[in-house]
Amino acid sequence: MKLIAAMSGGVDSAVAAARAKEAGHDVIGVHLALSKNPKKYRSGARGCCTIEDAHDARRAADLIGIPFYIWDMSDEFHEGVVENFLSEYAAGRTPNPCLRCNEKIKFAAVLDRARAMGFDGVVTGHYAQMRESDGERLMYRAKDPGKDQSYVLAVLNREQLRGAFFPLGDTKKEDVRREAESRGLSVAKKPDSHDICFVPSGDNAGWLRERLGSDVGSIVDESGNKIGEHKGAYTYTVGQRRGLGLTVPDPTGEPRYVLKIEPVTNTVVVGTKDSLAISRIVGEKPIWCGPVSEAYAQSPARGLVQVRAHGQAHPCSYYRDVDGENERLIITTDQPIFGLATGQGAVVYDGERVVGSATIAETA
Amino acid sequence: MTRVYFDNAATTPISGVALAAYEAQIRKTGNPSSLHGFGREVRKDLESARESLASIIGSHSSEIVFTGSGTEADNLAIKGIFWHRKRENSKRNVIVISAFEHHAVLDPTRWLADNDGAEVIEIPVSKSGKIDLDFLASLVRTRGDEIALISVMHINNEIGTIQPIREVVDIADEKMIPVHTDAVQSLGKVEISFAQLGVFAMTISAHKVGGPVGVGALILRKGIEITPLLHGGGQERDIRSGTFNAPGIVSFVAATQAAERDREKNSAHVKKLRDAFLQSLRESVPDFWINGENDSHIPAITNIGFPGTESDSLLLLFDSEGIACSTGSACSAGVQQPSHVLLALGLSEKEARSSLRFSFGPQNSMSDIEYFATCIPRVIERARAAYKASA
Repeated sequence: MKLIAAMSGGVDSAVAAARAKEAGHDVIGVHLALSKNPKKYRSGARGCCTIEDAHDARRAADLIGIPFYIWDMSDEFHEGVVENFLSEYAAGRTPNPCLRCNEKIKFAAVLDRARAMGFDGVVTGHYAQMRESDGERLMYRAKDPGKDQSYVLAVLNREQLRGAFFPLGDTKKEDVRREAESRGLSVAKKPDSHDICFVPSGDNAGWLRERLGSDVGSIVDESGNKIGEHKGAYTYTVGQRRGLGLTVPDPTGEPRYVLKIEPVTNTVVVGTKDSLAISRIVGEKPIWCGPVSEAYAQSPARGLVQVRAHGQAHPCSYYRDVDGENERLIITTDQPIFGLATGQGAVVYDGERVVGSATIAETA
Repeated sequence: MTRVYFDNAATTPISGVALAAYEAQIRKTGNPSSLHGFGREVRKDLESARESLASIIGSHSSEIVFTGSGTEADNLAIKGIFWHRKRENSKRNVIVISAFEHHAVLDPTRWLADNDGAEVIEIPVSKSGKIDLDFLASLVRTRGDEIALISVMHINNEIGTIQPIREVVDIADEKMIPVHTDAVQSLGKVEISFAQLGVFAMTISAHKVGGPVGVGALILRKGIEITPLLHGGGQERDIRSGTFNAPGIVSFVAATQAAERDREKNSAHVKKLRDAFLQSLRESVPDFWINGENDSHIPAITNIGFPGTESDSLLLLFDSEGIACSTGSACSAGVQQPSHVLLALGLSEKEARSSLRFSFGPQNSMSDIEYFATCIPRVIERARAAYKASA
């Protein structure tokens, strides 16, 4: 096959590209430039998108022996990921930009361009496994549960999955580093990237305040009594306990958590842990990572739902709710789960297989 | 896989004579600045090379300052002349350059603007790729006393158009303003005489003419003082310090001699290649356009616009067919930028991003063009599909 290897400059994508080449594919390395001004994004080893990372990716490609190019995806990234990130926070939700980047950039803009140029797909260093079944390419969790990234890939539809290749899905991270070393790749010891690549300081709240303003608003209890103030409701996340700065203790003496963010009135609602418990999740715009689910309200299917990138999977029932053009994914967990923010992805699994995902719109 | 090199303006393959000269020279021990027999022997070779080069380019041998690159020679000319002229008269704060100079001229000029308070004025260029002499004449008339220097390239490296340097000098002479020209793309391709051009300083480079990388020269009119960039042993008339790169210089001159000897023959050959190249484009991409073409244009550099494509896709696709060509420059992270040269011609950013440079050399053959012709239809088809996919 002819494949484009997306190379971030990190160790995972370098080894993935090397494995694809070694498997006999015709591989071309591509580094995605995601910032108009690369110095603006995080520098050093902590993130991606720096000049240094572009050089590391190029060096790895040269050592592997594949052509290498840089594709400017900064406009697409800004529109599809950064702006979405801001508007979601402004609407009181907590977005996951890595999901959007996979959905709109790596396996959309890049894959579309690659296919147009005669390539069959995109190789990345993500940790997830692909298996063929009846001509369908299905996605499963990585063998290394600590590194599993199927959650952030659950936004790929079956057409995108046909062009998605993850050569590291069956390998442990430490073995990938060891392999990089034995292949002579200088990125073998490069630290993993963390957090959000386009927030240079790592200070998410500060970055949001700069762009969305820092108007003072109220922190209220569940009855609506003002018990504190904040500088920008969107810098809080549902389930957050620390950093509320409340001086009046709760009458019961229980710790308090963020329950709700109301962007229109710039209000943060807090309460005790019980009030965080939910068991019903309504997801918008479901994406099916393979065959479309046949489970409807009359006969929900059983599965597992994961609501955070590295969270646990909760046993649940789920079904499709289709109303004309509108499709929703309704999930009911067996046990209550706590601190679920709207805007995050809910990913449904059947055992190890990724069934699909949706963006959390409501919880109850 | 068939491999075709159409990027001779970036660097040329080293010529046989240059390689032989380099190898022979580098075996000789001795610093040409040393006083002993070892040094003398190398010095003799070096100075013979300098005299040969002087006779080819129509200069005096003492006017040649060897440097480590064309970029260094351009920096020496721009900064050295600016600093010296400004020290003589603090009113001289203006640097005039053409709008489509190479970065080796553009960037030191901008650096002087940012760090030394220089005012930079760019001479506009026409769509066909020629500088606006009327603009320059009127600028010199009104602000001539403030101009520290004028720098206009002899042949543009991206579009291949020849600039009227003699006319620039005539205009500048009215106010005794020094003119520098970057002639790295001219040496060995067109007849060039330092004396006849009448410029104050001229840059040339070895690896654009079949010589090794890491050798350039600034030809600087006799009796002129400029401020040096590199201080040290003062080897080159105190204008440039650093141990002489004798093998590089000897090899450079050998390459130049060969290119000059074969110039007319090579030029006719390259023109034939370019004609066949354009014919193959007419057949498979009838809507292509040529960037910058006036009556004064070298066939070795051809810049083509391909409607409905992006040059970085084209480059990738040509590269995967084994064909080397080039887009404009990239930023430090490697992201393609629309060429400032093409923007200066008045192209839109989109048009500039659909353009590629093909530069031919004497080693290219008609079979290279034939191979190109077989690849072009599928390359264009895929590049257009990619363009649509990202639109």
